[in-house]
Amino acid sequence: MNLAKIPRPRSAGRAPGRPGINHVVPGSHDQLAHAAAPRISGTAHGGAPGFDPRRTLPLRVELRRQAGRRRTQFSLAFLILLPLLLIGAFKLGTPSSGDGQVTLVDLATVGAPNFALFTLFASAGFLLVVVVALFAGDTVASEAGWSSLRYLLVAPVGRARLLRQKLIVALGLAGLCLVLLPGVALLSGWIAFGWAPARSPTGSTLSTSETLLRLAIIVGFLAITLLFVAALGFYAGVRTDAPLGAVGGTVLLVIISNILDEVTALGNIRNVLPTHYTYAWLDALGPTVQWDSMLRGTISSLAYSTILLALAWRHFLRKDIVS
Amino acid sequence: MRNWRIAGRPRRKVLLWAAAVAVAACAVGGYAVASSTSPPIRTEVLRVAVPPEPDGSSVTLDATLYLPDSKKPAPAVVLAHGFGGSKQDEDADARYFARHGYVALAYSARGFGRSGGLIHLDASAFEVADASKLVDLLAARPEVLRDGPGDPRVGFTGPSYGGALTLLAAGHDPRIDAIAPQITWNDLGRSLFGQSAQTDAGTRPGTAAGSMPIGTPGVFKKAWAGLFFGAGATQEGSAQISLACGRFAPDVCRQYQATAASGAPTPELLDLLAASSPAQIAGRIKAPSLLIQGEADSLFPLSQADANARAIAAAGTPVKTVWYSGGHDSPGSSADQDRLRSLTLSWFDRYLKHDGSRPDTSFQFAESDTGISLQDGSVKGSTLTAPAYPGLAGTPAVKTTSVTLSGEPQDVVAPAGGFPAAITSLPGLGGALAQLSSTGLAGSVGGAANQDATFSSAPLPASVLVVGSPSVTVHVTSSTGNATLFAKLYDASADRNPAVLPEQLVAPIQVSGLPPGGSDVRISLPTIVHRFAAGHRMALVLSTTDQAYQLPPDPRTYRLALTEGTVSVPTVAASTVTDDTLLLWTACAAAVTVLSGAVGWFVLRRRRDSRETTVAPELVDVPVAITGLGKAYGDGFRAVADLSFRIEPGQVLGLLGPNGAGKTTTLRMLVGLIRPSEGSIHVFGHRISAGAPVLSRVGAFIEGPGFLPHLSGLENLTLSWAATGRPEADADIDAALELAGLGADVHRKVRTYSQGMRQRLAVAQAMLGLPDLLVLDEPTNGLDPPQIREMRQALRRYAATGRTVVVSSHLLAEVEQTCTHCLVMHRGRLLAAGPVAELIGAASSLSVEVDDIDAAVRVLTPLAGIRQIDTPQAGGLILELDGIRPGVAVGALVGAGISVDRVAPRHQLEDVFLTLVNEGETPS
Repeated sequence: MNLAKIPRPRSAGRAPGRPGINHVVPGSHDQLAHAAAPRISGTAHGGAPGFDPRRTLPLRVELRRQAGRRRTQFSLAFLILLPLLLIGAFKLGTPSSGDGQVTLVDLATVGAPNFALFTLFASAGFLLVVVVALFAGDTVASEAGWSSLRYLLVAPVGRARLLRQKLIVALGLAGLCLVLLPGVALLSGWIAFGWAPARSPTGSTLSTSETLLRLAIIVGFLAITLLFVAALGFYAGVRTDAPLGAVGGTVLLVIISNILDEVTALGNIRNVLPTHYTYAWLDALGPTVQWDSMLRGTISSLAYSTILLALAWRHFLRKDIVS
Repeated sequence: MRNWRIAGRPRRKVLLWAAAVAVAACAVGGYAVASSTSPPIRTEVLRVAVPPEPDGSSVTLDATLYLPDSKKPAPAVVLAHGFGGSKQDEDADARYFARHGYVALAYSARGFGRSGGLIHLDASAFEVADASKLVDLLAARPEVLRDGPGDPRVGFTGPSYGGALTLLAAGHDPRIDAIAPQITWNDLGRSLFGQSAQTDAGTRPGTAAGSMPIGTPGVFKKAWAGLFFGAGATQEGSAQISLACGRFAPDVCRQYQATAASGAPTPELLDLLAASSPAQIAGRIKAPSLLIQGEADSLFPLSQADANARAIAAAGTPVKTVWYSGGHDSPGSSADQDRLRSLTLSWFDRYLKHDGSRPDTSFQFAESDTGISLQDGSVKGSTLTAPAYPGLAGTPAVKTTSVTLSGEPQDVVAPAGGFPAAITSLPGLGGALAQLSSTGLAGSVGGAANQDATFSSAPLPASVLVVGSPSVTVHVTSSTGNATLFAKLYDASADRNPAVLPEQLVAPIQVSGLPPGGSDVRISLPTIVHRFAAGHRMALVLSTTDQAYQLPPDPRTYRLALTEGTVSVPTVAASTVTDDTLLLWTACAAAVTVLSGAVGWFVLRRRRDSRETTVAPELVDVPVAITGLGKAYGDGFRAVADLSFRIEPGQVLGLLGPNGAGKTTTLRMLVGLIRPSEGSIHVFGHRISAGAPVLSRVGAFIEGPGFLPHLSGLENLTLSWAATGRPEADADIDAALELAGLGADVHRKVRTYSQGMRQRLAVAQAMLGLPDLLVLDEPTNGLDPPQIREMRQALRRYAATGRTVVVSSHLLAEVEQTCTHCLVMHRGRLLAAGPVAELIGAASSLSVEVDDIDAAVRVLTPLAGIRQIDTPQAGGLILELDGIRPGVAVGALVGAGISVDRVAPRHQLEDVFLTLVNEGETPS
C-alpha cells in the first residue's frame, strides 16, 4: 500500500529521537485534525463506500498472510530437502541384495521416475498427512490463537467467505507441496540417478510419457485422499483455538484410522475407514492403470470431506467468537 | 467466556454418549445381522451302499448331508473331493452351499477316507456308478426338490479327481442338472503323457492347438504321475491290498507300475486312462457346465479344460470357462478363491434354482502381477473378462499376432540317462520354483547350456497380453530319428535376470520316425495368460531335458532351426473385471456433485443471509441503537439482559462497569462476533449480524490486539485494510500511523513489540479508514500515562470530526475525562445512562489543600452553593459543591489570603457508580 511512502531506516537498529516517517510525527494528531467529516454512505447494503462483501479477504491477501509464516516456509523447504536427504541416504548406504519380492525401495535408484515414486511412497502415509493437516488445521485456529480472527470478522469478512478463502489458500499450499515433492524428486533424481523409464515392482516398464502420466494420476489421487485429511484438519481448526490441537488431533485420528486398517480381523469394516485407500495409487503402477480401488478411494475421501467441511461451515457460521 | 465453555461441556457429553450408543447399536445390529445370515445347518452322516468291488466285497461310502434351514424342498449339490482327499475337504464349501439354501452332499470317494472299496480312477462301473447311487439317495430325501419321480434337482462340483467324476457322472446320468468341475482333465492319458507336437503344420477349422497330437503317447510326466500314484497308494483304509499298491485297484496298480518302470505306457494302461477320461463322453453332457481351470497347473493345463469346453459346447450345452490364478501348482489368490465360490453359486442359482438371472457364458481369466496389494505391498493380480470364450488357438475367434523370432540353427545335446536335466517345475511347486530360479538355483534361461536352443525376438514395440497357446514351427533333425524336446516361451528383459517363464509351464514334444534331413514340427506352446511388456523379448527355448518328465536314456544330438521365423501368439480383447466399475464411476460423480452442491448451498445461503439485512430507515443517522438486547449462554447464564440505549453522532460514549458487567459481551454483539439471544442492534439503521456490510463503517478494538506476529506492524495494518477489500486510498493509513506513533518500529515484526506498542497499533488499526463509529474496549490498558493522555486527545479529536466513539472502561477517571456520555452497566444490566456532567450532577466534590484549614472553613462556610465541608485530615478539605463551579470556591479562598496548595476533583463518578452498583445489588 503506502509502503513506498515510509522509508525503512537505513541502519538496522532503531533510530531513537529521529522520526522515521516523513509525513507522520509520532504523538501528533494533525492528520486526524484535518480529517474530513464522515461521508454519508450511499451503498445499498449499508457498508462504507467502496466496500463489497464479495471482495473481502482476497486470495492474494490471505496468501500473503500465510506465506510469511515460518511453518509455511519450513514445510516447503523441508519438502525440497527431503529428496536430497533420500539421495544422500541412497548414495551413502549400500543397497541390500534383497531376495524375494522387489519393492519400490529396491527400485528407487533405477532412475528419476522411480526415485520420485519412492519419495511419494515414503511420504504419503505420514509426511504429507502432517503437512496437509498443518496447512488446513492451523489456518483458522492460529488466527483465533493470535486473536486476529475477530478483526478479520469485523473488517467485516463474512464468515462463510472467510472459511472459503482460507480453505482455498490452505488447499492451494498443500497442493503446492504435493506437486513440489515429486517435482523436486524428479529433478534431483534425474541429476543423481539419471533418467530411466519407470519400472514397477510388478516387472513392467513404462515409457517416459506414460511415466509422467502415471505420476500425474498418482499425484491427483493423493490430492483427493489428502482432501479428507484437509477437511478433518479444517473442521478441527474451526472447533478449537489451539492450532497445535487441531493439527495434532487430525494426525492422531489419521494414525488411529491407519492402525485400525491394519487389523485384518475387522474384515470389510476396514473399507469404510477413511484412510483405507491411501495407497490405492499403487494400482497406477501396473501394466495398465486399475481404477477400481482408486475410484473407491475417491468416493470415500470426497464423502468424508463433504461431511467434515459441511460440519466445519455449520459450526463456524453459528459460533460465538469469544477468542 | 468461562461460562460459555462450561456451557459447551454438557452438550459435548451428550454427543459423546449419543455416539457411543450409536456405535454399540451398530455393533449389536451387525452381530444380529451376521448371525441371522448364518442360520443353523443340520448335518447328517450317512453310509451309502454302492456297487460291490469286482471281487464281490460290498462297499459303502462315507457321506455327510448338509441340510439348510428351510421348510421347502431345495435343490441339491454333490461335492466330490480331489485325489488323496476325503469328504472333509469339502466341508467348508458344503456349508457355503447349505447356507445359500442348497442341500449339500459331501462324500468320500471309493478308496478314500472312511469309504470302502478301491480306487478305480473314476471308472464308469465304480466311481461313476456311485455318483448315480448318490443321485438316487437325494431323490429319496424329502428335503430335496424333485424334477420328477426319482429325479432330484442336483448339481455336481469338485476339483481335479472330483471334477473328472463330475463330468463323467453328468455324461452318464442325465438327471444331473448342472455341473461345475474344477482343475480337471479331459484326457488323462494325454495329461500324463504330454504331447505338444501337432500333426498338421497348418490350422484346420474347428481344431485347436493340441487337438491333433502326433505319436501318442507323449512324454511321460513321471514326477506328477509318481505323486499322483503315491497319494492313492498311501491311503489308509481297511481294504488295502498290498503295501505297494495301497488302495489302488489291482489292475490300475499293475499298469501304472509297468509304465513307471519302462517310461512307456502299456496299451492296457492307455485303455484304462481313456475310460477314465471325460473326453469319451463329454459330447453327451447336457448339464450346463461351468469349467474352472488353473493357470498355474502343470498337471492338467488349460488345454484340458479347453477340450472339455469345446466338446460340451458342440452338443449345444451352455458352457462357461473360467481361468484363475491357481491350479495344481498353486492355491491361487484368496480373492480368486472367493470369486470361484461365488461364480459356482451363481451358476447353480441360475440352473438349479432358476433364479431368473441372465445366462452368463462370458470368459474370465486372471492376469498376475498387475498391481500391488494395499495391505502388504505384495504384488497382486486382476481378473479380466471377454464376452465369450474364444478357444486357445486355431479357432476363428482367436486373434493372433505374429512375433518374429531369430536365431541360427542350433545343435543341442540330450545327455545319456537324461542327466543333468533342466528344472522348470516340480509338482505342486510351480510358482515357488519361480522364486528359486530368481536366486539362481535353476540357472538362467533353460538348463545346461548345450541342452538349449534359443530363438529370441527383438524387443517388443508394445506390450502384448498373450491369452492362449502360442504356436511355432520348428525344423527338428535328430541323430536317432526320435526326438524328445521341451518347448518354453520366456519373457526376457535386460532388467530381469533370469528371464521369466510364465507359470513355469513347459510343452513336451515327442516325435519319432524323423527322416535324416529332419522334419517340420508344429508345436503348441503352453497355454498362458501373460503380459509381455513393451521392450521385453519373447524367447523360445527348446530344451532336451526336463526333470519332471521321463527322459530317453540314450544320448542324442538334435539340430533345431526355425521354420517360419515367427511365433504366433493369441490375444483376447478383454476388460478388467471390477465389482461394478460403472457403479463406482457413478458414485464418484455423485460424491463430486454432493460436494460441490454442499459448497454451493453454503455460498448461496450466505448470500441470501447477507441480503436479508434489515434496514430501519428512521435510524440511518443513529450510530448505534440497541433495543432489548440480551445474551444468555447455553447454561442459562445471562451475560447481558434487557439492554436498550442509543448513541448519537459525535458522542464519545463511555461504557462503564466492573469486570464481568457484560461490557465486552455487549461490544462483541455490537460488531457481530456474538449472536444476541434477544433484542436487536442497529448501526446506522442496519441490523447487525455476523459480517453485516455496515460493519465496514465500524472500527473496532476488542479485548486486546490481534496481529500476525510474523509480519511487521505496517504489513499488519496494510493487510488488515486489504482484507476489507476497499480501495487503498480510503485507508487513511497516515492518520493511523500517526496515532500508533511507532516511528520506524512499524517495520519490525509485531512479535518484538511491547504490550503498549501493540495496543497503540491495534487502536490505529481500528481507526483505519476513519470509520464512522469507533468501538474501543479498554483502549488504555497497558499504556503509560503520557500515552493515555495522548489517546484521550486522539479520541476527542476523532469525535470532533463528527464521528462517534464508544469506549468501555472499568476506570472511572478514564471515562470522566474522555467521554461526553456515559453508560453504567452492572451484571449485564444498564444502571444509568446520560451525559457525564449530568450523571455527576451539580453535586461535585473537590479536594483542597490549604495552609490554614480553620481559616478556610471560615471563609467557605458562608459561601452559597457549598453543601458540606469535611476536614478528614490535616491540611485537607473536602468540599461538596452544590451549584457553583470549583473556581468560585478557590477564588474565595485566594481572595481571603489563604494559600491554596492543591485543588483536585474528587472521584465523583466513583461515588455515583458505587451508589448505582449498590442499588443494583440490593433488590428493592
